[in-house]
Amino acid sequence: MTSNPASSNGSLAENGAHGDTATWTVKAGLAQMLKGGVIMDVVTAEHARIAEEAGACAVMALERVPADIRAAGGVARMSRVDLIEDIMRSVTIPVMAKARIGHFVEAQILESLGVDYVDESEVLTPADETFHINKHAFKVPFVCGCRDLGEALRRIAEGAAMIRTKGEAGTGDIVEAVRHMRSLHGGIRRLVNAPEDELANMAKELQAPLELVREVKRLGKLPVVNFSAGGVATPADAALMMQLGAEGVFVGSGIFKAGLEFDDGTDSGARKVREVQAALAQAIVKAVTHYNDPAMLAEVSRGISSLMPGRAAASLLPAEQLAARGN
Amino acid sequence: MGSSVGATQDASGSELRIGVLAMQGDFAEHIRHLEAVGARAIEVRTLAQLEGCDGLIIPGGESTTIARLLIAFDLMEPLRARIRDGLPVWGTCAGAIMLAKHVPALDRPPIGVMDITVDRNAFGRQIDSFEADLDVTGIEGGPLHAVFIRAPVLRDLGPAVEVLAQLEDGRVVACREGVLLATSFHPELTEDSRFHGLFVRLVREARAHEEQRQVATS
Repeated sequence: MTSNPASSNGSLAENGAHGDTATWTVKAGLAQMLKGGVIMDVVTAEHARIAEEAGACAVMALERVPADIRAAGGVARMSRVDLIEDIMRSVTIPVMAKARIGHFVEAQILESLGVDYVDESEVLTPADETFHINKHAFKVPFVCGCRDLGEALRRIAEGAAMIRTKGEAGTGDIVEAVRHMRSLHGGIRRLVNAPEDELANMAKELQAPLELVREVKRLGKLPVVNFSAGGVATPADAALMMQLGAEGVFVGSGIFKAGLEFDDGTDSGARKVREVQAALAQAIVKAVTHYNDPAMLAEVSRGISSLMPGRAAASLLPAEQLAARGN
Repeated sequence: MGSSVGATQDASGSELRIGVLAMQGDFAEHIRHLEAVGARAIEVRTLAQLEGCDGLIIPGGESTTIARLLIAFDLMEPLRARIRDGLPVWGTCAGAIMLAKHVPALDRPPIGVMDITVDRNAFGRQIDSFEADLDVTGIEGGPLHAVFIRAPVLRDLGPAVEVLAQLEDGRVVACREGVLLATSFHPELTEDSRFHGLFVRLVREARAHEEQRQVATS
């Protein structure tokens, strides 16, 4: 359905046992299968099982959820290899994992482990302040974050087969996710309405390749699937992003930072925490399916007893703003 | 009598209503192809939306997710009943998994209406996903380009199940049992609408047959 505008005919295609593997169609195709679904951040195999049981269409393996990365400070890196393998063994749904921006060796390791998607993510501490990973050089597909159309097209030109708007991870505040989704779609609308003779200048302003700019104008959308990330904490947040045009949502800290007030150190407390988190995860999955049905959204939101406390994105110091990493 | 003749004479398929199950997955791609071959396509999320459909496509997606949502929204039993009552259905990838009677690696019971066994992720992980040209029984005009994404394989076909396509190693990737179709691959991810045309013809024939039966019994 999509042709790779930046590197046609799947330049790295290899002839596998049955046909061509690692083609652009195959890389972008998995993202098509994830649409209308929820991808959940998990830091343990137990989290991964809770996510799959709740109906997640994929899980994202990382060392700490973004809220904990914020709290702990220090350098955030790719997850431990044995943890990723443990998660891959624990679920049958696709497993994604994060690599630092520009850290192509972390990406090589993730590819060799057989993860299904690599997220070159601003949530981890960047390894390169200028260059992103050359994603065409990999067989594993990549997802990357963006704040606007230009950033999305630069990542696609580098080989990203899926995009997510960045939002502000680990805050539980939806405001940045909304800002980035509106900015992306506003950019697409301007392109669609622009006359042909203004496209070259628009490509220059977007700092993006002209052929990708032309393709977005022709399609009226990005040439790859786009999810929303960074700040989704409730079923209503997830449905909001879907109504704003997301094709699915990532939920990070929103699930596994909820319900922690019930953790009193006892087994029953721990069970209660898991119950609260599982119920919230299920409700978000249902909200994404019925994102346009307010009565159903009310129904799935009933009984939700606890959400992550969150932190207003506007209160973050510049150094704490993850979305500004990578451009 | 008059309405039955009218329906069989309708060659455009424009009055056929074909639902696409929209729990999760690439249902929008199927809708695009159905409209390209002249059918009216409807996103199905509720029982009411299923009621008016002459046929149904269950799209690609995550079978664990789709199975849970069908159960959570109380759609599993009504869907099973409609299919046993003769509703034509085509499942692609996760959809094929949902149709099979036996799915060893699925932790929920599938709809379970086709006499086949389906192995999930039979070729490996995403890195092993591939595309290849396939000859498909019933599709004219040369091979179909097939996209396999973490694809399943169909095996242990019952006596009433017809093989429509196989890989070179003999593994079955498309089959038909009466008005039910299952494919391991995703025709909706290409620009080729021939498989959707095949399904629309099957739905039209099934409806004409049903209308004749109703006329005969009235």
